[in-house]
Amino acid sequence: MRVRPPLVELTLARAKEFVREPEAIFWVFAVPIVFSIVLGFAFRSKPPDRIPVAVATRAATAPASPASADLAAARAVAALARSPFLAPRALPASAAREALRTGKVSLLVEPGDPSLGSAAPLTFRFDPTQPEARIARLEAEDALERAAGRSDVVPVRSVEVREKGARYIDFLIPGLLGMNLMGTGIWSLAFSITNARSRRVLKRLVATPMRRSDFLLAQIFARLMFLVVEVTLLVGFGWLAFGVAVRGSILLLLATCFLGAMCFCGLGLLIASRVTTLEGASGLTNLVMLPMWLCSGVFFSSDRFPAIAQPFIQALPLTALNNALRAIVNEAKGWTAVAPPLALLAAWGIASFAVALRIFKWK
Amino acid sequence: MDLATSHETAVRCRGLVKRFDDVTAVAGLDLEVRRGECFGLLGPNGAGKTTTIEILEGLTTPDAGEVELLGTNWADEPRRLRERLGISLQETQLNEKLTVEETLRLFRSFYAQGRDPDRVIADLSLEEKRKARVGKLSGGQKQRLAVACALVGDPEVLFLDEPTTGLDPQSRLELWGLVTAFRAEGGTVVLTTHYMDEAERLCDRVAIVDHGRVIALGTPAELIASLHAADVIEFAAEPELPEAELLALPGATEVHRRGPNLALSVGALSQAVPALLAAVDQAGAKLVNLSTHRATLEDLFVALTGRELREGQ
Repeated sequence: MRVRPPLVELTLARAKEFVREPEAIFWVFAVPIVFSIVLGFAFRSKPPDRIPVAVATRAATAPASPASADLAAARAVAALARSPFLAPRALPASAAREALRTGKVSLLVEPGDPSLGSAAPLTFRFDPTQPEARIARLEAEDALERAAGRSDVVPVRSVEVREKGARYIDFLIPGLLGMNLMGTGIWSLAFSITNARSRRVLKRLVATPMRRSDFLLAQIFARLMFLVVEVTLLVGFGWLAFGVAVRGSILLLLATCFLGAMCFCGLGLLIASRVTTLEGASGLTNLVMLPMWLCSGVFFSSDRFPAIAQPFIQALPLTALNNALRAIVNEAKGWTAVAPPLALLAAWGIASFAVALRIFKWK
Repeated sequence: MDLATSHETAVRCRGLVKRFDDVTAVAGLDLEVRRGECFGLLGPNGAGKTTTIEILEGLTTPDAGEVELLGTNWADEPRRLRERLGISLQETQLNEKLTVEETLRLFRSFYAQGRDPDRVIADLSLEEKRKARVGKLSGGQKQRLAVACALVGDPEVLFLDEPTTGLDPQSRLELWGLVTAFRAEGGTVVLTTHYMDEAERLCDRVAIVDHGRVIALGTPAELIASLHAADVIEFAAEPELPEAELLALPGATEVHRRGPNLALSVGALSQAVPALLAAVDQAGAKLVNLSTHRATLEDLFVALTGRELREGQ
């Protein structure tokens, strides 16, 4: 049988252990996707609604066919439909009044008789206290005048500005990525090491000539194996499902994810350095992760917390990671802009590793 | 102090002491295990066997005393030393998500030199379970795998802590076979057990341990001979006969209470049994039951401590 070097065997063993734990797969890969689907649809930005407008026909009953419809009304509906802000429909006069009264339409258009000129003018009926009704009136007048052949004295061009990167989902995806990097990093190390210690697997390994550094490196390498999958899955999903594009450098994004993952590996190792029971590890993990879930700007901006709490919140590693991820994904910031949060992440990581290795309990 | 190095000696320790809080688990223990022998630490639960063997294995640091293993010690290149040892902990747990094959390959990777995992799988009759997850194995198969993990580094000394505790008779026999085979190849075995039959069957020499001390040492035959009794009569009579009267019977050396019965150690059954029956008759007592067996290490332990090896069982 071909036996690979111990570091490779240990890394593969850890990776297999992880893959063979269905719950772990669910939490690492499915949960962030589910979160982004649910929250992405709940807070999706809708196109502007068209305002309902009624056009009164002279017939007493609803027009059964275009031929029987009042010609002027039909023309008016066609003209109004050209406006992107109006949803016109022809209604018999009485039904149209009723629709206006009950608020089903914001504006009632009663076409005049062109043959009678100003004796029978076109009439707008609306409630001027409703902003929608006022907008509809202006839009309708413009559309009808234009259809009747008015030419603009001043040439006008409209440019629509709908900025991607400013929607909730654009805010959410980098936050979910940060949350996932934290959860997977801390949990995978804390759980697997504590499990090995509590079941005395660790003691059995220490009884072999295994290098202890190999064991710890394998834990980290195995975690990093899944990093690429995690990041690709979530970023790819955000892009395909919601059009959340990475505006900054992909390389910088990956480097930031790597640094974040390493930092949380360090925290996971620190949590697992001495605890002997899974319950203890679970409690410590929640104690560490919960404040960051809430305060570090995963679901809403950490700026919403009062100023007095900001120094603490800004010092948390997840806050730094989320800030860096958003700067890269949404704002296309470069290396220099994300250097401070990355430095904070590195500091957390190095400090955690240093303390964890010092106090680590092998037996 | 420098311990004399001998190529005859595989394991030697002197004056081992280990305290846990208020409890003294090991209270000044000396041992010497020769190369190529199977050495047993026999004693009840809590006697300090596991602490002792884990000190020898370099997993526990003693409060006092010194350990010499294969001519070296734990302060000096521990990884080199680990290359030469095979260890099975008490109730060893292995990673349940890995298969038998993966587990052995992992353990093999830690050793610079060792046995081919395929061969170990075949030798330990784990061929059918090669692709099975450790979590799905029976107790006997798990224990065999634990020994396989100890053997895959091709050790000179094999440490087994309670290797057959909780196993069914068939699995015990298989495990004994593995130990015997390792011995036959010239390996040294140090094991702990609280089964006297295991110690008698497997061990060349046995140290009986109680309260962290060696209270008797020798080959099983020597130890049993030290009882000066070849057989033990266990019986119950109503009313009971006085102890002095029993010890006056021909060849009687010891009398101990064993559950509801009395255990009388005797030199020869042919003389002692008729004399006992006569004594019971003479006292007007009624014999409730009577059985005899060859004297064992269990009887020696009872004789030495007044307690049974497996208290309450």
